Amino acid sequence: MYLADSRAGTPESAAPSAESAARPRAGRRLAAVGPTVLALGTVSLITDVSSEMVTAVLPLYVVAGLGLSPLGFGLLDGIYNGFSALVRLAGGHLADRGGGRHKWVAGAGYALSALCKPLLLMARTLTPIGLVLAADRTGKGLRTAPRDALISLSSSPETRGRAFGVHRAMDTAGALLGPFVAFLILRATVDGYDAVFMVSFCVAVLGVLVLVLFVPGGTAARPAPEAGSAAVAARPAPEAGSAAGTAPRPTLRAALALLRRPELRGITLCALLLGLATVSDSFVFLLLQHRLGVPDRWFALLPVGTAASFLLLAVPLGRLADRWGRRRVFLAGHGALLLAYALLLTSWHGSALPFAVLFLHGGFYAATDGVLMAAASDGVPEELRSSGLALVQTGQALARFVCSLAFGAAWTAWGDRTALMAATVALALCALFFMIRSPVRPALAKDGLA
Amino acid sequence: MTLRTRILVLLSALAVLAGVATASVLHASARAERRDQAQRGGPRIAAGPVSLTATRRLVFRNMAWGPHRDELTSVPASDPAGPRTASGVKCLRFYAASGTGVCLQAVHGPVQDTYRAVILDASLHVRDHYDVPGIPSRARVSPSGRYAAWTAFVGGDSYAGTNFSTRAAIVDTRTGKLTSSLEAYRIVKDGRTYRSADVNFWGVTFTADDRGFYATMATHGTTYLVRGDLAARTVTTVHTDVECPSLSPDGTRVAYKKRVEGLPKDAPWHLYVLDLRTGHETALAEPRSVDDQVVWRDDRTLVYALPGDYGADLWTLPSDGTGRPRRISTAAVSPAYVG
Repeated sequence: MYLADSRAGTPESAAPSAESAARPRAGRRLAAVGPTVLALGTVSLITDVSSEMVTAVLPLYVVAGLGLSPLGFGLLDGIYNGFSALVRLAGGHLADRGGGRHKWVAGAGYALSALCKPLLLMARTLTPIGLVLAADRTGKGLRTAPRDALISLSSSPETRGRAFGVHRAMDTAGALLGPFVAFLILRATVDGYDAVFMVSFCVAVLGVLVLVLFVPGGTAARPAPEAGSAAVAARPAPEAGSAAGTAPRPTLRAALALLRRPELRGITLCALLLGLATVSDSFVFLLLQHRLGVPDRWFALLPVGTAASFLLLAVPLGRLADRWGRRRVFLAGHGALLLAYALLLTSWHGSALPFAVLFLHGGFYAATDGVLMAAASDGVPEELRSSGLALVQTGQALARFVCSLAFGAAWTAWGDRTALMAATVALALCALFFMIRSPVRPALAKDGLA
Repeated sequence: MTLRTRILVLLSALAVLAGVATASVLHASARAERRDQAQRGGPRIAAGPVSLTATRRLVFRNMAWGPHRDELTSVPASDPAGPRTASGVKCLRFYAASGTGVCLQAVHGPVQDTYRAVILDASLHVRDHYDVPGIPSRARVSPSGRYAAWTAFVGGDSYAGTNFSTRAAIVDTRTGKLTSSLEAYRIVKDGRTYRSADVNFWGVTFTADDRGFYATMATHGTTYLVRGDLAARTVTTVHTDVECPSLSPDGTRVAYKKRVEGLPKDAPWHLYVLDLRTGHETALAEPRSVDDQVVWRDDRTLVYALPGDYGADLWTLPSDGTGRPRRISTAAVSPAYVG
């Protein structure tokens, strides 16, 4: 609500930016990326610094700090995948019940993760550490859908791809900074894990504060680009549900009924099928090492390569999605992944190969992660935005989980090369299917899937 | 709330949080200084030459606070609690035999620590070094000093990722030929070739003839004792529920830690000795959970580390299931009997 009142008076100049001045194209009267998106991006950046600090030192803490054996640590991962899917759906649904809840549900998720950091100091054995990590991930599951809903609600349909791109780029920047901060602290201390967790906690609290202070509550923050007026933007939140007249009430049944909408069903199916052929990151890095003989010393840096490419490409590809069509870019992203697989399958072992594969892998994320949310947003009414996005995310996450199980089994049975070949063929078939099924049309303001 | 108020609230919160964060870092770095001071009542340590061929010495990583913390130190084998001679060489894990040492150490990089395995000669000079892909865990040298092996924990690179794996490497110190992961070996399980993506190896121990080794292999939730053949590059399962095996000097038995049902998940191991000829398992008289690859002092006596006030202490125990554990040295880990 905070920003809504300040915005109401000056809708046109609410967020003047070089962007809007430089690109005075048809109907782009509002800044491409609103302050809410920037605020949410800042929250994600700060939170990712905090969480990646912990992630980076946790193995070292468990083995060297506590002297525990970390094997069997991930035993609960499989069970937890199912649970986190439920949490995500619940978070999406809760956020939709009554206007203005997105912010508070997301805030609860951020706060829960923040509280986990000092708890890590007290957990001295594996079971409590596992529980704290599970709580941390529950917070992440809870906040993801409401946060993405807030991003989509505070950006106009024509610029949503860019808004998500900016957010994902900021998020990734935080993820890259976190480990760096953590190791600086470890360097300045001896066994300074307590300091790492404490600093991580302070950083996380800062993230929650930025959310509370600078992200407007409710759907009221919407710049209402269709109307081009601030009147709608300032409408009271409680009426948000009825404002659309025929809009569905945010019940659980309504959330599930979303799947009857052809646009959302289309994009969910697309994400699901393509997700079924998307090999998980750790396998990609392992394959890189197996096939190309990346030295062990560099192995830990492979995810950094993907993240850097994601960071670089998120905004340009988000903008491209706005202009060229989100489905096109989403499919093209999978094309990049296909190319990466193909490179892994070739017998060419040039020194540029790891860079090319990681660049394509990051490009895949840049073209699919935020872009999918932007595309899905257009198929879901505002009142059910969180639930709808949660559905798509959950579908995709479960599909990828199934794929990683299947890929692991295929690797065992046939070896890495054949398994990757199978994934490549499956991915190509899925991508082809969607290209034929719904021929790509030019971007229309009304049709986000175009 | 106006924008001004919100910014003020944020700035004041920022000041408080920055204060807390700074205080915690300062507190932790003050601890660093404390650890550079020798503790009163701790072992006497003086810098001096440490040789891997000196007669009847025990060499280990010194964990006592002070200037020689984490350095390889040596004591007379007959008086392990006596004055220590510190070498200046820092290791996280260490083992030695016949004048060859393997030292797993951290390399402090600009962004993060990496690890390497260093092959040492009898006077602790570096002969060779190899990258280690994760946090060092176990180290061994074959009785002849020709082969060295190490294990590292690898993992934890995704968001809140909790899946760890281990990787065991073997190097021929004479030729420099490195097998960076035992996963490259063919696995023979129950008489047939076995393949699985989830296979992990750890805890290598070598036979005296330089042709084979024993190690732990885990797959689908079960741990196996495997016998490895260095020439054929195969491993064959010989027993289940064996972790971190250590072959006796006479080559007839393996001491190991066994996951015992009913123990807490964080301390699940008891020490056992397996007779390789009869397959008979003997429970040892150590009631505590031990997470170490034990060392044979001779054919009847074992030495291992347990958590202590300064990281770890060394304990000894008969290998036949009799007697009681006895502490032989404090603030020490990774022991190796030399000479």
